[in-house]
Amino acid sequence: MDAISNFLASFPSEFPVLWILVRIVVIVLPLMLAVAYFTYAERKIIGYMQVRLGPNRVGPKGWLQPIADAVKLMFKEIVIPTGANKFLFVLAPMLALGPALAAWAVLPFDDGLVLTDIDAGLLYILALTSVAVYGVIIAGWTSNSKYAFLGAIRSAAQIVSYEIAMGFALVGVLVAAGSLNLSQIVHAQEGGILHWFWLPLLPLFVIYFVSGVAETNRAPFDVAEGESEIVAGFHVEYSGMTFAVFFLAEYANMILVSALTALMFLGGWLSPFQGTFMESWFDWVPGIVWFFLKILIFGFLFLWFRATFPRYRYDQIMRLGWKVFIPITIVWILVVAVAVVYKFPIWFD
Amino acid sequence: MTFEKFLFYFFAAMVIFAGLMLITRRNPVHSVLFLVLAFFNAAGLWMLMEAEFLAIALVLVYVGAVMVLFLFVVMMLDINVAELKPGCFIKYLPVGLLIALTMVVEMVMVVGPSHFGLALYAAPAPHAPGYSNTRELGEMLYTTYMYPFEIAAVILLVAIVAAIGLTLRRRPDSRYQNPSKQVRVKRDERLRIVKMPAEAKMEPK
Repeated sequence: MDAISNFLASFPSEFPVLWILVRIVVIVLPLMLAVAYFTYAERKIIGYMQVRLGPNRVGPKGWLQPIADAVKLMFKEIVIPTGANKFLFVLAPMLALGPALAAWAVLPFDDGLVLTDIDAGLLYILALTSVAVYGVIIAGWTSNSKYAFLGAIRSAAQIVSYEIAMGFALVGVLVAAGSLNLSQIVHAQEGGILHWFWLPLLPLFVIYFVSGVAETNRAPFDVAEGESEIVAGFHVEYSGMTFAVFFLAEYANMILVSALTALMFLGGWLSPFQGTFMESWFDWVPGIVWFFLKILIFGFLFLWFRATFPRYRYDQIMRLGWKVFIPITIVWILVVAVAVVYKFPIWFD
Repeated sequence: MTFEKFLFYFFAAMVIFAGLMLITRRNPVHSVLFLVLAFFNAAGLWMLMEAEFLAIALVLVYVGAVMVLFLFVVMMLDINVAELKPGCFIKYLPVGLLIALTMVVEMVMVVGPSHFGLALYAAPAPHAPGYSNTRELGEMLYTTYMYPFEIAAVILLVAIVAAIGLTLRRRPDSRYQNPSKQVRVKRDERLRIVKMPAEAKMEPK
């Protein structure tokens, strides 16, 4: 009896747990809504880029299209292929979505506005984004289908290659900021648009974002899906809600990569006019608005890429990852380290 | 039992369960997935010991990279699952048990209570919330353990060079693209515009 009451008493009291749950819901619900309307934005923007109108039938100007899509997918049958491992088949989409949502736990939206302010935040993000590949690999393998399997193999090879370049780009960021904590990384960029890390870390900035596009399996790196080559790649056998979860994961990951790039290279919630004569004009804008605007820039880039570039050839993807990105990041880490040691003015003094 | 103790036993039990499943599964892909589960729970154990840097590095390096490569290789192997009969497992069980037993005995002898008991090393006091394990680790690694760290790095570098040296071979029959040539290609090298005179006007007969 004593042992049980001891056990219960050592639980954190219920109120903080409830409070954390509420905060998680406050982050995840808007994120899900953002994902839904990101798909709408994608279809509209790519539509306009291709001189079409995009979806415009469901609701005024097609605004209800994502809701209609969600309802349709929810009521569709989930087909499990013969010879597939049922448990893994259903688990795979969840494995894809889980890390994409869990990573938001350490993202600061404003000064101090963060779910958990952990010191190894950057490392946590890197670990979670690399775990996300399991969803794709397991989905491809367990579908018991040639096309799905080819997609999974392609995805595994691609993610292992770009993970390294991505990790090295982040090493540059943490050398420049002197911290793994995302809030402190943003604070290290104080002082207006020229002080943000995009300028001193320009090669790493470009490489990080391109690797992010590759890691989310988006065009022009969408060989894992490759509609025109291997039907739909890893999720060819998925239908209904299981397919919808893969879709959610992909778009949540895109928003995540956009948010991370904004935090690490565009100063997160900081105002671009900080330190200039225009600073006082924009004082009324809350930091979170700047942050969302920066996310929107990268979100738009994702869509623009898809409308513009043809799919990379597989050997070119590998060459770009191993022979171009990794050497450049290694050289630039050295450059940043030297600049930090000698306190190079305006950024590292 | 406190909540931390409960977590410890939970993670430890999961590691052992995953380890057992890893060696008893017939399908190698399932085995690898159980190994991933074991790594995750080991990371949880390290997290309980306030070693968050190591815990996340374990997930990042082993789960995120090494196991993906493992899966990649295991999936590509053409293994006939039906051939891996349980008889195989029974056949090697005595040898396996012997090795496992030896290792357990060795581990108890080395890290057992006689060397690492509470009498010799007091239980470390839990740190305040602001404590940064990452910073502590970095400071130790680059000051006290500078030479071991550098030597380990050089050994790894040698291993990389050796691995590449052993596997690098040029196959004369392999065809490959030269990307810089492909990029620098000019129109004149690929396309020939032939100027031909227009056909002569037919004279009406």
